Amino acid sequence: MDMTHEWYVALSKSFGLFWLLGLSVAITAYAFWPSLGGRFDKAANSILDDEDGPAQPTSTKAEDKACR
Amino acid sequence: MMSNLTSTERARAMLITGAGVLIGLTMAAVGRNDPMGAHGWIVLLFCGVLFFIVGQKLYDAEPVEDRSVSYYDDPTKIGILLALFWAVVAMGMGVWVASQLAWPDLRFDAAWSSFGRIRPVHTSGVIFGFGGNALIATSFHIMQRTSRARMPDQVSPWFVLLGFNLFCVVAASGYLIGITQSKEYAEPEWYADLWLVIVWVVYFVLYIRTLARRNEPHIYVANWYYLSFILVVAILHVVNNLAIPASFSGAKSYSAFSGVQDAMVQWWYGHNAVAFFLTTGFLGMLYYFLPKRAGRPIYSYRLSILSFWGIVFFYIWVGSHHLHYTALPQWVQTLGVTFSVMLLVPSWASAGNALMTLNGAWHKVRDDATLRFMMVAAVFYGLSTFEGSFMAIRPVNALSHYTDWTVGHVHSGAMGWVAMITFGSIYALTPVLWRRETMYSWKAVEWHFWLALSGTVIYVFAMWNSGITQGLMWRTYTESGTLRFSFVDTLIAMHPYYIARAFGGLLFFTGACICFWNVVMTIRRVPHHTPAIDYPTTSEAMEPAVPAAE
Repeated sequence: MDMTHEWYVALSKSFGLFWLLGLSVAITAYAFWPSLGGRFDKAANSILDDEDGPAQPTSTKAEDKACR
Repeated sequence: MMSNLTSTERARAMLITGAGVLIGLTMAAVGRNDPMGAHGWIVLLFCGVLFFIVGQKLYDAEPVEDRSVSYYDDPTKIGILLALFWAVVAMGMGVWVASQLAWPDLRFDAAWSSFGRIRPVHTSGVIFGFGGNALIATSFHIMQRTSRARMPDQVSPWFVLLGFNLFCVVAASGYLIGITQSKEYAEPEWYADLWLVIVWVVYFVLYIRTLARRNEPHIYVANWYYLSFILVVAILHVVNNLAIPASFSGAKSYSAFSGVQDAMVQWWYGHNAVAFFLTTGFLGMLYYFLPKRAGRPIYSYRLSILSFWGIVFFYIWVGSHHLHYTALPQWVQTLGVTFSVMLLVPSWASAGNALMTLNGAWHKVRDDATLRFMMVAAVFYGLSTFEGSFMAIRPVNALSHYTDWTVGHVHSGAMGWVAMITFGSIYALTPVLWRRETMYSWKAVEWHFWLALSGTVIYVFAMWNSGITQGLMWRTYTESGTLRFSFVDTLIAMHPYYIARAFGGLLFFTGACICFWNVVMTIRRVPHHTPAIDYPTTSEAMEPAVPAAE
């Protein structure tokens, strides 16, 4: 395969174009996919509550604890 | 801090630093007839000191703490202090460099203090020393918190942090003794570059290992930004520094590229250093600390994802706008212009997202200088990305290029955006990290804020005026078609702006010194405080994406 200027131009005008378009569509779809809203909201809010310890592998929920 | 390491970890740390001593000794021996030999001694000293610090504690008692109930914050703490140390050193250098331009006698006739040598100490010092340490430290903090998982081990974070600082020391000392490969922001020679690759790969692996242990199903967007910073900087660094050493006993090397290819690779690296070192990493900081400090979730999480991919896709193409009107093919220049203009969209999406997050928390911005730092950072981010897109357009660039306008643009980004968000994050982080009630002096934070803001504004306006004056004088012709002004005429016209610039920088530097003092006093004087929320979380979302095996 000859790596000429023409070869690169052809590649970028064919595959490159559709690759970029495809990725843009895929990312926009992912970012605005309605059913993912809950996950994103949870992620956005996740940093606001406490940050001072790693999660513990226990089934006890926070509200079940005697005190914070 | 050593007492938190197990004896195995201490032994491993001694092995690594011991190997470093040997490498330093080898460099000093084979490079004895070359400036590289001096670097050998620096490496030997750096690693030797660490070797003895660890060695002294090798047989101390084993740690008793339960590692599953806390995050590993020791490297973060040292990283913050190192960042502030570098800030003071490198911004001080900046004031000196700026003063040399106004009063050239301040060189004091030494070789090491010439402009060409201390200027990279300033640039590398603020970008890598201050910015890099702040990025590493905050990324350690954020990756653990957002994953709700502790780092997988305790040696590799130290290796990353201290190894990176060894690179910074080798870089800065090399400039002063005249070692440089003359690539902007990539001045260090081949052995320093190789070392940084090792450090950076360990950093990347550490980050991925921490994320693999996460207890949150979704990876918070700040981590995406940090990861893009780590990954892309690795690629940029490796490609731009491809070089053949002239010999293994000397510092000199020859780049794998030449001519316009060399220029293009350099500015592909150079502009993406701005993008992935000075933007995406700091956006990671912004997306974590700004919502946290404001007490409100980010305005639109979806927009943050979209702008992430927009920034990543567009930025990588824009480097050629540094080479307008050069031997670079016209279409490559046009490509750079196009992507630079498109880049405005995701950049403003990020800035807007940050400012919209503050909607409803403006009273906090008014009262809290820490949050105000972050707000001003978002504003300057918006301003300097607009300016950048504008300056990338070829006819605008014809006026701005090679003038002080470029310097003004860089500093509106570096001081107004990067340093402001970093200082805001440091003030938010310090009490949390050291478990203190508050910062030592809120008044000092206010002073710092106003010094930093006025310093930035004075600096940027001085450089705008100077740059546009300079650019216009260069292109003024007489009726007979000759240049109207000589080079010295432009220097005389720029002199008052150079004095103003040095003064603005001095204000900014004073602010950084106050910050360092305030952080140290917070650690030493402010009473210890166990936060009410200082307990291991039972995350609502206990659905580990990857089983937390360890």
